[in-house]
Amino acid sequence: MLMNLFAEIDISKLFGLAIRTSIGVQAATFALAAVGLNLHYGYTGLLNFGVVAFMAAGAYGMAIFFTQGWLGGSIILAIASGLTFAVIIALSIGLPSLRLRADYLALTTIAIAEVLRISFRSQRLLDLTGGPFGLPSIEDRNASVSFADVITIDWNPIGKGSYGTWFLEFDEKTLWIMIIGWSLVSLASLLIWGLMRSPWGRVIKAIREDEDAARALGKNVFSYKLQSLIIGGVIASFAGIVRAFDMGFVETQQFRPQTTFFIWTVLILGGAASIWGPIIGSMTFWFIIIFSEELLRQMVDSGWIPEAILESSDIASVRMVLMGIMLAVLMIWRPQGLVGKKEEAQIDVR
Amino acid sequence: MSDNKTSELGNVEPTPGSTKQDPILTIDDVVRSFGGLRAVDVKHLEVQRGTITAFIGPNGAGKTTLFNLITGFDKPDSGKWKFHQLANAKSWTTDLSGLRPHQIANKGMVRTFQLTKSLAKMTVIDNMLLGAAEQKGESLRNALLPSRWRQQEKTILEKAEILLERFKLSHMRDEYAATLSGGQRKLLEMARALMSEPKLILLDEPMAGVNPVLVESLLVHIQNLRDEGVSVLFIEHDMDAIMGISDWIVVLAEGRVIAEGTPSDVSKNPAVIDAYLGSAIAEELKDV
Ligand SMILES: Nc1ncnc2c1ncn2[C@@H]1O[C@H](COP(=O)(O)OP(=O)(O)OP(=O)(O)O)[C@@H](O)[C@H]1O
Ligand SMILES: [Mg+2]
Repeated sequence: MLMNLFAEIDISKLFGLAIRTSIGVQAATFALAAVGLNLHYGYTGLLNFGVVAFMAAGAYGMAIFFTQGWLGGSIILAIASGLTFAVIIALSIGLPSLRLRADYLALTTIAIAEVLRISFRSQRLLDLTGGPFGLPSIEDRNASVSFADVITIDWNPIGKGSYGTWFLEFDEKTLWIMIIGWSLVSLASLLIWGLMRSPWGRVIKAIREDEDAARALGKNVFSYKLQSLIIGGVIASFAGIVRAFDMGFVETQQFRPQTTFFIWTVLILGGAASIWGPIIGSMTFWFIIIFSEELLRQMVDSGWIPEAILESSDIASVRMVLMGIMLAVLMIWRPQGLVGKKEEAQIDVR
Repeated sequence: MSDNKTSELGNVEPTPGSTKQDPILTIDDVVRSFGGLRAVDVKHLEVQRGTITAFIGPNGAGKTTLFNLITGFDKPDSGKWKFHQLANAKSWTTDLSGLRPHQIANKGMVRTFQLTKSLAKMTVIDNMLLGAAEQKGESLRNALLPSRWRQQEKTILEKAEILLERFKLSHMRDEYAATLSGGQRKLLEMARALMSEPKLILLDEPMAGVNPVLVESLLVHIQNLRDEGVSVLFIEHDMDAIMGISDWIVVLAEGRVIAEGTPSDVSKNPAVIDAYLGSAIAEELKDV
């Protein structure tokens, strides 16, 4: 029976697809968002359950500016406006809630993320955000007025063609966005590394441990938390922007709360408060997702799993269940995540 | 009673709210209620500069609450308190009421906590480095440019090593603070507070949980601090320690200052004996 299974399974395809996704643009954007969340949660201890708000702010800020053709519709200014929007979101979350207890911040982040998504979707903002259809609007998409084209075609230094072999073959557009995505991941990680080894980072870690201790030593905790929220938020907004360039459009479906929870999964999986955690976490996350999805699909297709038990259409949800189980198991035998510091995770505060 | 600052106290009336020659801190009409309970109700209190002043009183007397209020960690219903700084032969007064904790700390008035707040997931040395004030590298502007803070970091590190040596924590330098014993954490918290070179240090039960051998050296540290010009205000229950090192004692009961004076004044004060009556401490006081 088992022999039979191995004969049916296309091992090369199984690993090929899984590896392809774990180094792809999606993995890069999740890693980028997780780097931002890592500064928030891993290092500062801020419970941000609205990561997706920053991603949406970046993507929509960029897309609105570009499609409206403001200031000549420069893509650089459009990106800058996406980042600015993320800063505004950080301020509007942080200013009212960061002085209060930690749970207020958590609630505010969830609320802002949903308010943002629902507003973008609303008919009232149709002209600006494209409502449920997103940006660019359908007509513009056909007329090829796309922000993605500027990046993937006009600004693409890679010649037209197909690169790589096996399942790791990418066209010049995908390859270029992958390079941009992973470069941003590296830059952001480097930034966090630099910050966390400085006295600034020491204060940030102290705030995570005990705000009052930091206050008693003369540190302006509120200001540091706001700085952390802004920096991490801007990093996460880059994730939204890169994703918009990859997909070619933005729409609210991309920014549902579940994305926030995937980013959390990525961070916890890889290891919070470590530089490599978000990167390893994201690659592993996507590897497991695609690997289990493809394995299930092949098993269903070959009739090894009867249709009565699992249909192909259920696979997408079953893989999330598997992911959940794996995360639970990981938390039991490796609470610090794949590359987190074991000693730190074992310290039981209070 | 080592220098003129403390000897000045010899002329001070041992009555609640008495005026000191050179106060570093004055408190006026500070009230804090929790529901119906008046946890703190201090009419007037002055703390003499350059001395070791002890706050004593039965459990629940309001000592910690008063600390919380004057360091900005809690807000009073009413009241004012002022900090009198002295530098280059000039003195000036800062109103501390309404300031936030970090602002008060940055004025040179630093506290420790009754329930120790060592930063468990940071190393002992990082705990110490955090304590230093006015660090260039703590601002975002400079954080990514080590050339701007490396020199200062070195100076701070040297200071930290000396303090750790003094507090017998050098061997734990690179361990997580979580691995320290309760007493060692108390010591670390005090050493960390000293990193900022405070003018006035407020210690909430610094000896609680510290092993007796270390208590001896802790008392010496506190006296040394005073001799270096730091004013010390501390809360304690350990009567031997209090009587041994305090220049001045303030007795609180039910939120009020019921007595103050030198150790010998206080130990003879009937109001104090009264407040402690029934407790073992009353016995000890009689022997002093
Ligand atoms: N946050 C609070 N809410 C309600 N009551 C409080 C609060 N903090 C303190 N109290 C009450 O105020 C009174 C004074 O407490 P405080 O902790 O200041 O006493 P203390 O003198 O430090 O006592 P101890 O020697 O036991 O530390 C107590 O009756 C306490 O129960
Ligand atoms: Mg107390």
